[in-house]
Amino acid sequence: MSAAVKTVKTKTVKRIRIDVDKCNGCRACEVICAAHHAQPRFSSTNPARSRIRVIRYPLSDIYVPVLAGEYTAAECPGRDRYVIGGKEYEECAFCRASCPSRDFFKEPDSDLPLKCDMCESDPTLEEPLCVQWCLADALVYEEYEEEAKDEPAPDEVDEGLLALAHRHGWERVRDAMTRMANKAPGA
Amino acid sequence: MRYAETGFNLEVDLTRGNIERVPSDPGMTEHYLGGLGTNARIMWDRVGPEVEPFSPENLLIFGTGLLAGTPAPGTNRTIVTSISPQSGLLAFSMMGGFWGPELKHAGYDKVIIRGKSPELVYLYINDDQVEIRDASRWRGLGTLETAEVIREELGDPNVQVASIGMAGENRVFFASIEQGRASASRQGMGAIMGDKNLKAIAVRGSKDINIARPMEFMEHCNAALKYIEHRDKNPIRGVIPILAGLGSPQEMAVHDEQWHTENFMWGNARERRKGFWTPEIQEQWTGTMEGMRTRLLSCHNCPMKCGASIAVDKRFCSYMMKCFSKLTYTMAAYSDLDFGLRMAQKATEYGVDAFSCPQTMAFAIELHEAGILTDQDMSGMPKENNDRFFWLMDAIVRREGIGDVLADGTWWAAKRIGKGAEEFAHNNIRKTEQLPLKLGMLNPIYFLMYATGEKANITQIEGQFPQSPFLTREENEAFVEDWIHVPDDRFKEWFVEWEIRGEKSIPNYPSVEAACEIVHWQEQMHYIDDSTGMCAGLSSFPLKPPFHIHNLPGLISSGAGLDLDEDGLVQTTKRIRTLVRANNLRRGMTWEDEKPPEDHWRHRFPELEAKLLQAYYSFKGWNSDGVPTRETLHDLDLDFVAEEFAETGILKEEPVGSAT
Ligand code: SF4
Ligand code: SF4
Ligand code: SF4
Repeated sequence: MSAAVKTVKTKTVKRIRIDVDKCNGCRACEVICAAHHAQPRFSSTNPARSRIRVIRYPLSDIYVPVLAGEYTAAECPGRDRYVIGGKEYEECAFCRASCPSRDFFKEPDSDLPLKCDMCESDPTLEEPLCVQWCLADALVYEEYEEEAKDEPAPDEVDEGLLALAHRHGWERVRDAMTRMANKAPGA
Repeated sequence: MRYAETGFNLEVDLTRGNIERVPSDPGMTEHYLGGLGTNARIMWDRVGPEVEPFSPENLLIFGTGLLAGTPAPGTNRTIVTSISPQSGLLAFSMMGGFWGPELKHAGYDKVIIRGKSPELVYLYINDDQVEIRDASRWRGLGTLETAEVIREELGDPNVQVASIGMAGENRVFFASIEQGRASASRQGMGAIMGDKNLKAIAVRGSKDINIARPMEFMEHCNAALKYIEHRDKNPIRGVIPILAGLGSPQEMAVHDEQWHTENFMWGNARERRKGFWTPEIQEQWTGTMEGMRTRLLSCHNCPMKCGASIAVDKRFCSYMMKCFSKLTYTMAAYSDLDFGLRMAQKATEYGVDAFSCPQTMAFAIELHEAGILTDQDMSGMPKENNDRFFWLMDAIVRREGIGDVLADGTWWAAKRIGKGAEEFAHNNIRKTEQLPLKLGMLNPIYFLMYATGEKANITQIEGQFPQSPFLTREENEAFVEDWIHVPDDRFKEWFVEWEIRGEKSIPNYPSVEAACEIVHWQEQMHYIDDSTGMCAGLSSFPLKPPFHIHNLPGLISSGAGLDLDEDGLVQTTKRIRTLVRANNLRRGMTWEDEKPPEDHWRHRFPELEAKLLQAYYSFKGWNSDGVPTRETLHDLDLDFVAEEFAETGILKEEPVGSAT
């Protein structure tokens, strides 16, 4: 006997659980993330290029690791401020955006946005590196299955171009691309 | 391209307000690595023996270690070097935390300060933008308060600030430089900074630190992290809790203080209180710590969390503490932990050393009790014990009344007070207060380390070889099983044979020869750390650390692009160590200064001690006066030292051809 089986398309969601109470403020996550994304890999480090930043206010005992999320061209018109257990967190403390309002999550030289890619690499890592290097277990890696919706993920190149366009205008970006494409080897 | 280091130093002349970015010579890195090594060479070249500590010609060098800021766990040290106001000798006070890596990212290996500013200023370094800025309105502000107002003024919460408090401003001889989670506390570096009218150095950087051979380097780093996890699960058995794990002593995490409170001395390094640690005290002190400690904290890129946020009269954090400063105020004042943590909060804001300051205050109380300091000298002193210590500290950091005398530390204060006060300054080596530790039987290893360690502290020399054997030979054997850290298997044999009592026990065992080698090894590891910027807590200080003489050459070489093997690293370290000594010898240090305090051990053995010292000198390639011989200096490429020593008579020429 056979029955029609309704197939549900699922996808694996990768998640990092962040326990701010366990963070000891060491910034190892920043150091290793930046090193991993250096070209060639591990050839340099620089927390300013990291896709995770630890928002630290030692005298308020605030340590919040934040992973870089989407790029945004404009800062939010309205902001929020969280007070949790008596601690008041800075505006945007929990926000993941690469945003003009702060200097996190941008390449220091080009200002191009940075985004956490869960350490995508070939071969795939068992766990993202910031998690591996956080011996305090403030960062814990988790995977779970979720119903997939057919939404293409934004491409890194698309995002970079968008950021450039916001800064310089589409026209200049288009011109530069045409100029460079003509000069590129094999063009 | 330069690897691990940036290849640039920042030269700041505070007299003229001049700032220069100066490339450094890669040859210096090969010869002296960085941190203490290159600091010592700069001091040799530029600060002659005639330069007084409080002179514009004295340099104040903030030298990051060669590997500082690289991904190697625990590489975050800055070595602060100058001439110490206390000892008159070369100082190399070390700080961890976050400042050093930030400086590297700003593009500099060292900040070299000379001259004196006419007004109180601070230095702001933000990548290529470097400014001397006014700080005159912040005179008297605490170290952490200063960091906060600077961050506010610059509108940048992520600036790393190293600052001085009132003690440094007033040139208290044991003033520290504080940077939040860490401090350069020993040897009065805060006083030199204050003398130069420099309130703080604020740093922010966003440049890369390059690694020469990334894959090889990362293998070392990953192996170290694995080993740290392993050691965390497998503490060393049969030793007290603070010696069982890695890192600096885990004073913030460990509540059991029986060992410190019953073995270290209370008051002015005077009294041992056997039986002090009762269940009631344990409960009370644990309650205090748990009530005030809000988080355990690490330094830059290190998992060890040796520090803690401490909340005194505040809900979340009033300052950050580490290590034995937890107990020094408590024990100096015969008080309790609540008092100690409150006192340490003040001390951090004022910026004073947590060894010298408590001991100096306890010394003053003793002198008063003995009638040497009169009621008039102490006029205004409160009646209640705890209040007295707060009062004394206030007087010292302001240099008010008797505080002005005490601010020079016990050795100099005793000289000024006279009337037999010298007897009470009983715990110094080279005019600097030592750990409050007094023991029974002389230990030959510790005798040599105390005598010859040119650092102000025993904890800066000891570490790799256990302080005593286990109760049984079987335990000794078990300990050496995974002891891969020893330079040679001989060290294991020496340890296995060592007994608590009997023929092979202290003072005559380990033998003179073995003691020399054991001391040499332990010292060498610290000199490596001080030059690479590796925290002692992951390398030279704890038993069985992740970094040791067999893997450090590879780590340093692959990180910095050098070609060092084990012999090469040993030779480089010898060069650095010898140059540090040379700096001190030309400033008048002699073998007569190589003396542990008289009362450090109850049982002393003058003949054995003399033999140990001479054997150690000759093992090091020094003559019987403790001066490196011409051959030794030549072997180490330090002929320029030999030349000066021959000219000044520090090295007497041996008659040529006298041997037949
Ligand atoms: S590595 Fe972990 S403990 Fe360290 S700062 Fe990052 S999240 Fe916090
Ligand atoms: S998961 Fe990888 S890319 Fe994302 S923040 Fe962590 S280290 Fe960086
Ligand atoms: S071992 Fe402790 S003191 Fe050393 S770097 Fe790590 S956290 Fe800091």
